[in-house]
Order: sequence, then C-alpha cells, then structure tokens
Amino acid sequence: MLDLYQTEGLLPESSRILRHSVREFLEKEVRPGILEAFHTETPPDMRALAPKMGALGMLGAFIPEEDGGPGGSYCDYGVVCQEAERLDSSLRSFIAVISALVMYPIWRFGSEAQKRRWLPALAKGEAIGCFGLTEPNAGSDPASMETKARKVQAGWVLKGRKQWISEASIADFAIVWAKTEEGIRGFLIERGTEGFETSTIKKKGSMRASDVGELILEDAFVPDEALLLKSSGLKTPLSCLTQARFGIAWGALGAAEDCFEAALNYAKDRKQFGAPIASYQLVQKKLVDMFIGITQGKLLVARLARLMQEGKASFQAVSLAKKVNVALARECAAISRELLGANGIALEYPPIRHMMNIESVYTYEGTDDMHTLILGEALTGIGAFAKEA
Amino acid sequence: MKLLVAVKRVPDPEAKIRVKPDGNSIVTEQLKFVINPFDEIAVEEALRIKEKLGGEVVVLSIGPSEAAEQVRTALAMGADRGVLVKTDGAYADPGIIARALAEVAKQEGFDVLLMGKQAVDTDYGQTCGMLAQILGVPCASFAYKVEVEGESKRLVVVREVDGGLETKLIGMPCIVTADLRLNEPRYASLPGIMKAKKKEIRQISLEELGVEVTPKLRVESLEEPPKRQGGRKVGSVEELVRALHDEAKVI
Repeated sequence: MLDLYQTEGLLPESSRILRHSVREFLEKEVRPGILEAFHTETPPDMRALAPKMGALGMLGAFIPEEDGGPGGSYCDYGVVCQEAERLDSSLRSFIAVISALVMYPIWRFGSEAQKRRWLPALAKGEAIGCFGLTEPNAGSDPASMETKARKVQAGWVLKGRKQWISEASIADFAIVWAKTEEGIRGFLIERGTEGFETSTIKKKGSMRASDVGELILEDAFVPDEALLLKSSGLKTPLSCLTQARFGIAWGALGAAEDCFEAALNYAKDRKQFGAPIASYQLVQKKLVDMFIGITQGKLLVARLARLMQEGKASFQAVSLAKKVNVALARECAAISRELLGANGIALEYPPIRHMMNIESVYTYEGTDDMHTLILGEALTGIGAFAKEA
Repeated sequence: MKLLVAVKRVPDPEAKIRVKPDGNSIVTEQLKFVINPFDEIAVEEALRIKEKLGGEVVVLSIGPSEAAEQVRTALAMGADRGVLVKTDGAYADPGIIARALAEVAKQEGFDVLLMGKQAVDTDYGQTCGMLAQILGVPCASFAYKVEVEGESKRLVVVREVDGGLETKLIGMPCIVTADLRLNEPRYASLPGIMKAKKKEIRQISLEELGVEVTPKLRVESLEEPPKRQGGRKVGSVEELVRALHDEAKVI
C-alpha cells in the first residue's frame, strides 16, 4: 500500500528481507486454508506448520543465537507478527505466545537446563508451549489469582484453573503462574504430569482458527527443577505481557492493512450510481481515515522497535502502541466491513473475520481500558485500577 | 566447484507498473523490488550443487546501489559472497550487462555461471547468449534439470522443448539459464539473513571494470496495455461467430 512516510525505510534491510520471505511463505502455506479453518473452527495443524515457521526464524525472533533463538531483533519479531496478522490474528497469537510468553520467560527467568532443553526446540517449532496466567475469576486483576503452589519435599504441588489459554490443548508444556508463600512464581509443567489436564474451548465467535482452552491443575506435583528460578512476583509475568503486547501492536497493523486493502480494491471496482464507489467523497473520507491511522501506527511501532532493541522501551510505551494500533485495527475492520456492504459479511472477504478476531485482541493482553489506566497512572502518578489502595 | 550466479533487481511481479509521463521509463517511487524470480531459481540450483559437491557460490548483480538488497537476499539464502557492479542510474542494455558480467566472471573464474532464462521486467533474455559469446563458453538455456556428471567436468542439462525433453551434455566452464520448473527456491530465513550481514559484497563501478557504458539499445517508448473492454452478451451462436470473425477477427 501507499507508504507516503516511507516507513519501510525506517526498518533495517534485514527486516525488509525477512518480511518478503515471511509473506511469500504465509501466502503459499497458510492463506489457502485460513478461511476454512476459521469457518469450521478447526485450527491449522500447528505440529506441521510450526517447524516450517521455525526454519524461517519466525519463532522467538529476538532471542540470540547463543541461547537457541534465531538471533534477530525486535523489529524482526514485529515484522513477523505484522505479516502473520495480515492473514489471521490466530496465527499472530501463536507466534506471540511462543515468542513472548513461552520463550521469553524461559530465556529471562529459567535455569540453564530449562533454556538448553526448550529454547532451541521452541525456536525450531519442534516443541509448543503455552502460558497460563488468566483464570475464570482473575483477568485484568491477576494478583487476585486463585492458583496456588505449595512447597513439598523435592518439589511443588499446584492447584487451580487457568482459562482462555492459547495453544492449551496442543502444548507440550505450560508456563503456569501460581501464588506461593514468596509471592507469584512461574512453573514449567509438562503434559503427562499427573493432575494436569487441558481442555479446548469451542463455539467461539472470534479467533476461530486458534486453539484456545483451559489448564486444570488438581494437586499436580512438579519437581523443584520445574520452577522458573528467577521469577519473583507479579512483575515477572507482566514483563512477559509487555513482550507480547509489542508483538500485538505490530500484528494489529497487519490486520488493519488487510482490511484497508480489501476496502480500497473493492471501492475501486464496485460501481453504484454509474461510477466506482471510490469516486464518492464519503467513501474517500473513510479510506483516508484508515490510511492516516495505518501510517501513524507504522511510525509508532518503527520507533518502538528501536526502543525495545535498545532496552529503553517502558511498559507504558508498549501499552500506548498496543492500545492505539488495536483500536485502529478494530476501526478499520468496521469501516472496511461497511464499505463492502453485504459482501462485507461474507467470509470470502477478510474484514468480517478480522473484525471478529480483533474483538479478542481488543480485550486480551490488557483490555483497552487497562492500557488507558496504565497511561493515566503514568501521567498523574495516581493508580486508578482498584477501588481501594 | 566455483559457481557464479547473476541476479537482477526487478520490480515485484505482483506490483502494478505505471509508465512515467516521459513515456520511456516506469514510476519507481513506491515500487517494491525483488530478485528476478528466474534468477532466484538459479541461486537455488547453485546452492544445491554446492551442497552436494562443495565449493563456493558467488552472487553477481549489475544495477543501482539499491541492488545490494537483492544480493544480500541471495547471501541470506546461502550464497557465500557478492559482487555488485553499480550503474549509478545509467541505463545498461543487455550488451553492457553481458560485458560487465564477463569482466567479473574473468576476474573470479568459474565452473558454472547460472542465471535466470530472462528477467521479468524487460523480458529480453539476451544476456546469456551474449555472455557465452564473449567468454567463449557453451551455454545451456531453459534448464529443467541440472546434474554434474561424475568427475568429468561435464554438466547434464535437461531442457523442456516442444513436445518433450532434450538432454544436453556440456563441458565446464559453462553458462546455464534456469527455467521455471528447475526447482523451488528456498526462503531467506532469519538466521540466514543474520549470517548474510557478515558476508562480503564487493562494490565496483562499470568504469572500474573498463566496460564501455554507451548503450547500443535505446528504449523509444513504453505503453501500458490497453484498458480491458467490458464483455457483452450475444443472443445466438451465429451472432457469436459473426462477432469473432468480423469484429474481433480471431477466426
């Protein structure tokens, strides 16, 4: 699409080359099946797809080579997310979960043994993990979680329930966050552990090409080695969310672009009252609104990627980009759906699928409101999250 | 094996091409550029030969300094190093390109020089023939399958011809041009891209190579294809035949 601010030129050459590879790969391998996957709520076979994504370096892009990652940058991770979400949010979800919520905590908070065992396998797409923080009664307020880990001889016993967990039913293991006597800590629980079960949530109206489920822990015992040694307190899982939100800020742009392009092409083709609808002022205004938003969004994430790479991005800066770009994607999906008229409700065209998906993205990884409060606190110094201090 | 591959920077075949008001060049602003797809196939073939028999793959390109991105992409696919001959905005016709490639090929030395059968921007398909003539080596065009025959320094090249396949045996050094079905090129992966950052791209100008830069070919004009006319419904087979014969003049 038109790139008046030459935003692509703000990215390093390596990320531009990667974008080309990733787009070609996704168009060939994923595009043909995505509509059916969404329609029938049957996610693509990630066991087959993940190794191919891994070979391209799409998983944990920012993790250095010496730690078993592809050795790229945050910009590379962003570009991968953007290209993935052009296709479908579910695919970007998978990438962000593996990269930011599974590989990142192992990389930052895990033991050497955990890193050696899991990071190379995750980067290659040979292992799949998931991340359990949200619970039926603890969403925006994770500190109120009910899952507990009790110290016993040579290990820990976990009890609780995690909900809305992407890749729950296909993951080889879960990173589960639980309350201990020393605060919230992370545990790596492998499938097959006694007392650990997963289930799939069906009949979703969004993210239908995604595997979403629950983790059920009924006095599941894990050895001492399962603890993420360096995890301490709620800030640990929150730091993982910052990584994921960064990927979402890029990904949402991809969804917005796909909606915009669908609307632009349609408006130029579709004739009413004897002329293409793109020739009418009301339609042009809608196209321009989307285009301006996308241009601004691209500038935002290009700068954010640089800050992330330099270790200078605050979690508030990431909140801002997540909030702005997801709201943009939601707006673009709605406008694009509208411009396509009746065709806009057909899954053959992408806007309605993006529209349904973005509803999830709008409230996961921090609801839009929570990001407003994060920024409100940054401005005023007064937290407005809870009724009482 | 010393393998050279020539790659050309061309507009993305998916992109919509617009002719400039001057009528003999195209609008390049906002245009995405890629490696000529047939050259990408040539890179892949060179990498496969190297993976089988060992050796070195050197990527050559002739074009603006931005063509370094296409050379870098080929390095990210796995080529060892690159040479970019910069034209600095001057028009290089197939003759200039062939002479420049010949100079670099002589400097480098090679067993096999591969390239696409044609570039998808100009569709000339002339460079390989001219280059073979200048270098005095055989050229097998439109390769569908390439195999190195034992230790004999000969290449078995299967070509798609009308109604079947033709197998050629040519001695090295030689030139091979890649056809569409020779292979399916690999993607440049992120680890490959990171490795490519450390690989050398030697940059050199046409003048430094001592190549005459006055083109013998001049583009007179470029025209966009005519706008598609809307279809129309005919009432009967007779009317259809009449329209095809009298108006469209296709039967």
